[in-house]
Amino acid sequence: MTSPALAYAADAAVAADGWVPVLPGAMVLLPLLGFVLNGLLALRSARDSSAALRAGRDWSPLVGDRRPATHTLPTWIGPGVMALAFGLALLNFLGMPAEMHDPVVRSYWGWVVTGELRIDAALQLDQLSMLMTLVVTGVGFLIHVFSVGYMRDDPGYPRYFAYLNLFVFFMLVLVLGSSFATMFVGWEGVGLCSYLLIGYWFSDREKSDAGKKAFIVNRIGDVGFLLAMFLIFGAFGTLDFAPIFAGTEGQLAAGGALVTAITLLLLLGAAGKSAQLPLHIWLPDAMAGPTPVSALIHAATMVTAGVYMVVRSSVLYSLAPTSQAVVAGVGVLTALVAATIALQQYDIKKVLAYSTISQLGFMFLAAGVGAYTAAIFHLVTHAFFKALLFLGAGAVIHSMHHAAHRSHTDFDEQDMRNMGGLRRHMPITCAVMWVATLAIAGIWPLAGFFSKDEIIWYAAAWAGAESNPFAGPYAAFWALALLTALLTAFYMARLMVMTFHGESRTGEDARRHLHEAPGVMTVPLVALAALSVFGGWINVPEVLRSSFAGLFGALPMTEWLHHWLHPVTHAATSIQIAGFGEAAKHAPLGGGEATWALLSTLAAAAVVAVAVRVVGSRKFQPASLDSGPEGGLRLALYNKWYFDELYDAVVVRPVVALSRWCWRAVDNRVIDGLVNMTGSVARLAGWTTSLFQTGQVNMYAFVLTLGILCFLGAAVLL
Amino acid sequence: MTDALFVLFAVVSVGGAVGVVTGRSPVASLLFMVATLASLAGIYVLLEAHFLAAIQVLVYAGAIMVLFLFVIMLLNLGHDYRADLRFGSWSLLSVVVVGLTASVLVQGITGSEADAFGGHLADPAAAAAIDLAVAEKGAVGAIADPLFTDYVVAFEVIGLLLLVAIVAAVVLAKPRGRSEDA
Amino acid sequence: MLAPAIYLSAALFAIGTLGVIVRRNAIIIFLCIELQLNAVNLAFVALSRHVGIEGQIYVFFVMTVAAAEAAVGLAIIISIFRHYETVNVDKFNVLKW
Repeated sequence: MTSPALAYAADAAVAADGWVPVLPGAMVLLPLLGFVLNGLLALRSARDSSAALRAGRDWSPLVGDRRPATHTLPTWIGPGVMALAFGLALLNFLGMPAEMHDPVVRSYWGWVVTGELRIDAALQLDQLSMLMTLVVTGVGFLIHVFSVGYMRDDPGYPRYFAYLNLFVFFMLVLVLGSSFATMFVGWEGVGLCSYLLIGYWFSDREKSDAGKKAFIVNRIGDVGFLLAMFLIFGAFGTLDFAPIFAGTEGQLAAGGALVTAITLLLLLGAAGKSAQLPLHIWLPDAMAGPTPVSALIHAATMVTAGVYMVVRSSVLYSLAPTSQAVVAGVGVLTALVAATIALQQYDIKKVLAYSTISQLGFMFLAAGVGAYTAAIFHLVTHAFFKALLFLGAGAVIHSMHHAAHRSHTDFDEQDMRNMGGLRRHMPITCAVMWVATLAIAGIWPLAGFFSKDEIIWYAAAWAGAESNPFAGPYAAFWALALLTALLTAFYMARLMVMTFHGESRTGEDARRHLHEAPGVMTVPLVALAALSVFGGWINVPEVLRSSFAGLFGALPMTEWLHHWLHPVTHAATSIQIAGFGEAAKHAPLGGGEATWALLSTLAAAAVVAVAVRVVGSRKFQPASLDSGPEGGLRLALYNKWYFDELYDAVVVRPVVALSRWCWRAVDNRVIDGLVNMTGSVARLAGWTTSLFQTGQVNMYAFVLTLGILCFLGAAVLL
Repeated sequence: MTDALFVLFAVVSVGGAVGVVTGRSPVASLLFMVATLASLAGIYVLLEAHFLAAIQVLVYAGAIMVLFLFVIMLLNLGHDYRADLRFGSWSLLSVVVVGLTASVLVQGITGSEADAFGGHLADPAAAAAIDLAVAEKGAVGAIADPLFTDYVVAFEVIGLLLLVAIVAAVVLAKPRGRSEDA
Repeated sequence: MLAPAIYLSAALFAIGTLGVIVRRNAIIIFLCIELQLNAVNLAFVALSRHVGIEGQIYVFFVMTVAAAEAAVGLAIIISIFRHYETVNVDKFNVLKW
């Protein structure tokens, strides 16, 4: 055994024989079952409501002594199927051998078999997809439980759980699909569920428009994904992951135009789904959906699909250094832009939305600098602490909503200017959200510290690689990433201070009704808080432990995730090392990984302290009294750098004008004209030929003779 | 002698045909028609088709023409000649078209002797075979033999057709309203 | 004697066709159709000397069909005449549209 690759191959054969996954199909189908059952209940509920409406009764499933079965069964079905799916995922995760180097592909049936194209409905179980499944089902389960409390008083309760279960089903198809095509099915499915859930309160025009916006912006990315699939099929003749990634090095020239085109188009798809520049505009609007939806779809799982896809295609990206640099650039720019916008938002969910975009930017940066493990690591820890932040915000909004409802006052329950001092009313929520805030800010030893630090470090390390053609940009990305990390600490601290500390701005009447969330909501919060604390310990770099043994050495585990994902990422990493040389041991400004880690956590802590001080000393007015920033940079940030206005002027208005023109000129004149013309041509032809129907037998005989003459003449002469 | 007779019959038949088309009254046309049919029978004799010549006279000139005559007299026609014939450019055009058609037909059949009917149907021994058959079986037998052997199905079908035609003629010509009155 | 017979046949056919085209009297149109049939019969008989006895057998069939046609056609003319009191084909135009 001279080459490591051969050793892997030998191990893989043994491992693939040795391990049989436990009901992988059931893992995927359980949420689908939940969707069917909840969907039937939702239909039933809708029928009851409309029957009551027809009968002229003022009836609601929520009024009365006992809730109907349509509004009690989903409580058990929705989280229940998730718990079962999570159990199966855990079973498979624990059973999967870490040394398994070939994915287990379970093919169910040939979905598209035509010509040279063969796409199986197949699941691929490997370290990456199992980890994603675990996150989706685990965090998903907690959010389902939280939803039971959050959505209890919503008339569309069964419909909500139907959508949520359907989303999980498609998300599992996305991460477990064994080819780009099956992945695309999940990709579109989660897009659909995202649309349905953003526009969940569809009777509100603004909210249903937000759903449409998300759907349409995602279409732009999907075109990229589709084109990339066409190119991949053209190059490899298959869409299955395993043969593509196994045969890439031989078939595609490193740095060639084809692989660069494929990866850039895939990036377009990923940017649409993961809300990266310039397609990030839909995610803030997506906050129109219920808050647990924002936590599940628009923070923890769906929006990370782009990152997952890039990591899944890591072999292709490693072969295209240009695309990698673009991915990193897009990521870090998105991170920076979103973080700056988050500094000046007042809507608590908008801050979290921009924070999500920013953190997704970090993940793209990681993928762009070839730190695929770091990207997935941050994806996992982010799923924990961002789901926690959203659910915490959900608890706050829930409380604010009840306060507004019970005190019959009308104020924006999501605007942080109307909050303040909530710590006294919601101590648990406040505590767990501080945990998440410190985690996302990158304070040792919480989850975000390890994952974000690893990303920033890899940007620096690959910038210093021997023959990296993009060393300069990478160094710049590193600096911007550091800056963004500090901004993250600031805006999160600002959010916490504005929401939970200082003077209460809620108003006397409403304040009396503020309360802590019920247990069904706080239990998931506490669980996620624990994950946010310990989640980072799955991948503590060895360097940290050895350099600062006193500080970091106490942590139990080390580089587990790195080893776990090694079978998935090693091919890409070895290509990268072959191209650039080994990653540097020192950052561009000097200093090793441990030094910068220490520096960044100290800086983050300092920024949090400063933010608490600065924001705490500011006096805020309730939203109704506050006119917003006066001008300058603050106004630009408040207006989100005018992205929406820019797109409106550059894309939306021209498209609307063009459509209008198409309607007036093309549709009304040309299309309608053509349709009418077929009618009038037929009429004219009928009228003309009816002239031949003179009813005169002689005429007929003459024409007959003429015809005979023509045929005979042609036969004789030709 | 044969050629002279052929010319005579040909002239009479063409003259009769022109008379049919231009005849002032239907009865005149009919009589011209009889003349044409009779001279055609003569030409059939010249072409050694004695049986057909006999049938031509019996069936056509006899039965069918008498049928026509009955109808003409029954309907008492013959007084609207001017309205009957189309004149002017219509007629000229018709003459041109019909003449062209006829010449093209002739061209097609006799254009080149070897090429007629694609060349493969012309059988030099055909005339001799017919003559032999007539000598052996008689004029009727020469026709009847293939008619009742090779063409027996067609013969029976044509019999059925005649039957249907007779029934149809009766049904069509029967005065409906009056029979119900009676 | 094939060629002259064919010329004669063509001439008769042409005259018959002309008659069908220029006359309005249904009976005469009928007669002209008979004329056309006879022209074709003549061609058949003439060609039978070069092709075989089949030519004459076809003539036999044509005559039979002509008889049937005459019977039915004349019956139609009679019933039309009962209705219109005329046999002018220009008047029979209700099936025009």
